[in-house]
Amino acid sequence: MKLYTKKAHELHDLLVNKEISAAELVRAQAERIEAAEPKVQAFITRTFDDAMAQAAKVDAKIAAGEAIGPLEGIPMALKDNMCTDGVRTTCASKILHNFVPPYDATVVTKLKEAGAILMGKCNMDEFAMGSSTENSRFFATRNPWDIERVPGGSSGGSAAAVAAGQAVFTLGSDTGGSIRQPAAFCGVVGMKPTYGAVSRFGLVAFASSLDQIGPFTRDVRDNARVMNAIAGYDLKDSTSAPVDYPDYEALLGQSVKGWRVGLPKEYFGEGIGPEVKAVIEKAVKVLEGLGAEIGECSLPHTEYALPVYYLIAPAEASSNLARYDGVRYGYRSEEAPDLNTMFKKTRAEGFGEEVKRRIMLGTYALSSGYYDAYYLKAQKVRTLIKGDFDQAFEKFDVLLSPTSPTVAFKFGDRTDNPLQMYLSDICTLSVNLAGIPALNINAGFANGLPVGLQLMGKAFDEAKLLQLAYAYEQATGCHSQTPDLGV
Amino acid sequence: MSNETMQMERDFDFEIVMGLEVHVELHTKSKIFCGCTTEFGGDQNTHVCPVCLGLPGVLPVLNKQVVDYAMKAGLALNCEIAEFSKFDRKNYFYPDLPKAYQVSQYDLPIAKDGYLDIEVGGNPKRIGITRVHMEEDAGKLVHGGAANLAGAEYSLADYNRTGVPLIEIVSEPDIRSIEEAVAYLERLKSILEYTEVSDCKMEQGSLRCDANVSLRPWGQKEFGTKAELKNMNSFKALQRALEYEVERQAEILREGGKILQETRMWDEAKGMTISLRSKEEAHDYRYFPEPDLVPLVISREWVDRVKATLPEMPHIRKERLVHSYGLPAYDAGIITGSKAMADYFDSACKAFGVDTPAGVEVADDKAKERAKQISNYMMGELTRLLNASEFGYSNSPVTPENLVGLLQLLEAGTISTKIAKTVFEDMFASGKPAKAIVEEKGLVQISDEGAIASIVRDILTANPSVVADFKAGKEKAMGFLVGQAMKATKGKANPGLVNKLLKEELEKM
Amino acid sequence: MSLTKDEVQHVAMLARLELSDKEVEKYTTQLNDILGYAQRLQALDTANVPPTAHVFPLQNVMRDDRVDPSMAREKIVANAPDEEDGFFRVPKIV
Ligand SMILES: [Mg+2]
Ligand SMILES: [Zn+2]
Repeated sequence: MKLYTKKAHELHDLLVNKEISAAELVRAQAERIEAAEPKVQAFITRTFDDAMAQAAKVDAKIAAGEAIGPLEGIPMALKDNMCTDGVRTTCASKILHNFVPPYDATVVTKLKEAGAILMGKCNMDEFAMGSSTENSRFFATRNPWDIERVPGGSSGGSAAAVAAGQAVFTLGSDTGGSIRQPAAFCGVVGMKPTYGAVSRFGLVAFASSLDQIGPFTRDVRDNARVMNAIAGYDLKDSTSAPVDYPDYEALLGQSVKGWRVGLPKEYFGEGIGPEVKAVIEKAVKVLEGLGAEIGECSLPHTEYALPVYYLIAPAEASSNLARYDGVRYGYRSEEAPDLNTMFKKTRAEGFGEEVKRRIMLGTYALSSGYYDAYYLKAQKVRTLIKGDFDQAFEKFDVLLSPTSPTVAFKFGDRTDNPLQMYLSDICTLSVNLAGIPALNINAGFANGLPVGLQLMGKAFDEAKLLQLAYAYEQATGCHSQTPDLGV
Repeated sequence: MSNETMQMERDFDFEIVMGLEVHVELHTKSKIFCGCTTEFGGDQNTHVCPVCLGLPGVLPVLNKQVVDYAMKAGLALNCEIAEFSKFDRKNYFYPDLPKAYQVSQYDLPIAKDGYLDIEVGGNPKRIGITRVHMEEDAGKLVHGGAANLAGAEYSLADYNRTGVPLIEIVSEPDIRSIEEAVAYLERLKSILEYTEVSDCKMEQGSLRCDANVSLRPWGQKEFGTKAELKNMNSFKALQRALEYEVERQAEILREGGKILQETRMWDEAKGMTISLRSKEEAHDYRYFPEPDLVPLVISREWVDRVKATLPEMPHIRKERLVHSYGLPAYDAGIITGSKAMADYFDSACKAFGVDTPAGVEVADDKAKERAKQISNYMMGELTRLLNASEFGYSNSPVTPENLVGLLQLLEAGTISTKIAKTVFEDMFASGKPAKAIVEEKGLVQISDEGAIASIVRDILTANPSVVADFKAGKEKAMGFLVGQAMKATKGKANPGLVNKLLKEELEKM
Repeated sequence: MSLTKDEVQHVAMLARLELSDKEVEKYTTQLNDILGYAQRLQALDTANVPPTAHVFPLQNVMRDDRVDPSMAREKIVANAPDEEDGFFRVPKIV
């Protein structure tokens, strides 16, 4: 039995029926990680010993005849920007290479309470800045579908781990597409929840007004299941939304007949690769066949999303990353004759190129004399972008687009030109600026590489996205594909 | 400005223009964005958690009490409370600032456009309050290998104070003399003590004052270039720093020089202000709205709720003391200058049965006399002893009730005024009530006429020459004889009786 | 508007990043590219548009003034690059 291709809900049934033990599952998962790791390189830190100890507890519970929760005993992994008490959390940066948090992020607390078992921490672009995981200061993660290609980013390790069977599910974070784009490149399900739906407490901040944590899974049911565990109001996060959170999994399986699905024309323009377009158009036909009403709509300010994002996110980042100064934790330069030299050398040596570029950009955008022209202007245009969505959702329940203009690209293809790299996020950025939820599912393949489909919904309409995705998945069976790593 | 002050100021060749920025630590139990205690002291880095240490991933949650206190202070300073207010980040690097930004309020402070009335040399003056805003305090640096920053080989950071809530109160540049600056700060401190939003302990850093100082030729409308003074940790330091800085600027201007816009630090030991400016430190705080906190929307009801908690303010209380007890305005001003002292006075009056509800009744003569007695003792002996000790009016070893106990013994003639003074010192040292001390030490006044008459006769017999002097018209001789009688009774004889009996006996001779 | 090398140096000072001459050169070019791209925002009339600082309109999120235990000092200083007697030690400031 290839346990590493199974979904959480399948494994849960196997555990409950005592066909496998949690210890067997965790051991098999550890073996799969080790087998795949030379090819994929998804993990920065492994926590197998702790995982085995956790598994023993779950098995004791099962042996005692106690009921286990839907994620109890399920092996998972986290993007390495979520704080784990006693487990190194690096953000794939030299500046945090030795940082061991003394506390758990809220999502970590919730998953621990749910009984999920942490196998390790996943690679990412340094401080979540990037679209290919090439900006990790440690090593690059490879796409399990083609190890010559990037897994996407910034949550590339988390996406690749799920695709390669190295974890049943993982968490990533999405500031401008960092869950959806790697999910698209790796052919897995990835949810960027509504801003405020999942607590950011313990998520190392990149851009505070845009960051959200969300799950990578092998199918939609699992995604709903993990969302059930992590979504909810948190007193420790002042931007957490005090609303009612539904049981996402229980809502799956309903008919989508009559649902109005909008295709924003700006997302189907010339920048989109023809192979991607073809797969998406086919997927639209499938939904139409399921009874969805398809229509065209417009998000007229889409072309401004990229500049708005690349002013707001770096501005917030420049402030969020100022705390890495070599005083309280993390890396400190050897050369520190005086305070100012210590600050400047520590940060110059500790941060990689992309991070420095964005700190520079953000510092400039906030600096005296430029604030109004850049940061404030961007925040105003953000209002217009959000307004576009409000208008579109008056006519449509869900919006549909490609997740990325292309399939996974090759290493080094876009590293020379930052602006070119930034353009790979143009289908995903607006969603973060508007704070709405969006989900990537695999729509099919082009030349053996996955093509991602993005569903966008109204704030707190995650359940609708999951329902539509579930209907599509049931109709096409596209979730069942696993890349052959030859291991 | 009155003619008198105008005249006074004109003795100086420039007009002084000043505004003060005062940081006040709010008296909350926990910090502004986390649950750590705000208690002063504690071993280094023991009042710290991931949130106030600014660890990666942490988020702030605003303490409601901070908002209530900031609003209360704003109302006490006659400010408008903002309906919409928010927090911003002020970005700069310093090892005492764990996140490398201070959460503060920039363009939308919680309170603005208020004022505070002061009095200098009997002349009233109104000083505008530009704004009151909330922010978090930074940590503390201990400098290794030297007494202060300059010359230290390394520094040690303690984050216990990081995240203690502050309000910053910014005045308009309405202050025109050093006396006004000191009066403003005294008044401000007193008002804040009254509102109980802070303990205002300057020595513990819970009230800190910065000053913007500039000079301009008399009659000139435009402000001169200002220097910002920091690190004035006492009223004395404020006075000395301003004196030094005004003279420093005047000298430069007299010689035709230019004042540099800069930040200067008062060096108490050297008695001078020192430039903190460095070319690298050109400040650009890159303020922007704090994305981790949501805005404050303050309703009329919320403001009213806080307003209802405002106590009787010092100037109202002073009027009450003058009106109800007939205290001289000067005395009433001193007593109500500090809330603790005014509370002490009110408690003592109550214990002496002479309290009156706020400004309503006018006490009778007897009551006025008693109030005056209390006031005299407080302004004299008690203040003297408190100043020389580590105690204050809020924790005085002589409680208001015990002070009244002493005054009752005096009023009943049980002890003499002179004895009362030594009893009071004993009370201060031991905390015991007056009656216990008087009984313990046998200090009850001798008012037995027969006993005193016998002593008086003995003294007259023993001092024939003094008696002769008296008879010859030397008034001073009488004083000597009274002194002898008091000495013989160890001060316990009722001085009135001694006088009366001496006169009677001398007449008989 | 275009960013000069001096401005890049100034921004690097504000951000406490030591940059080599080569990096200054590179960032000057790249930041100008990105900011040039951002110029298209100026074409939009936003005179009557309020800025969006928070996408979800929350207000007055507050906690009660209650003391929670602080963290044990060993855990607070455990990650310190340089610790002395429970303090964080930093090189000389001036
Ligand atoms: Mg301040
Ligand atoms: Zn704390």
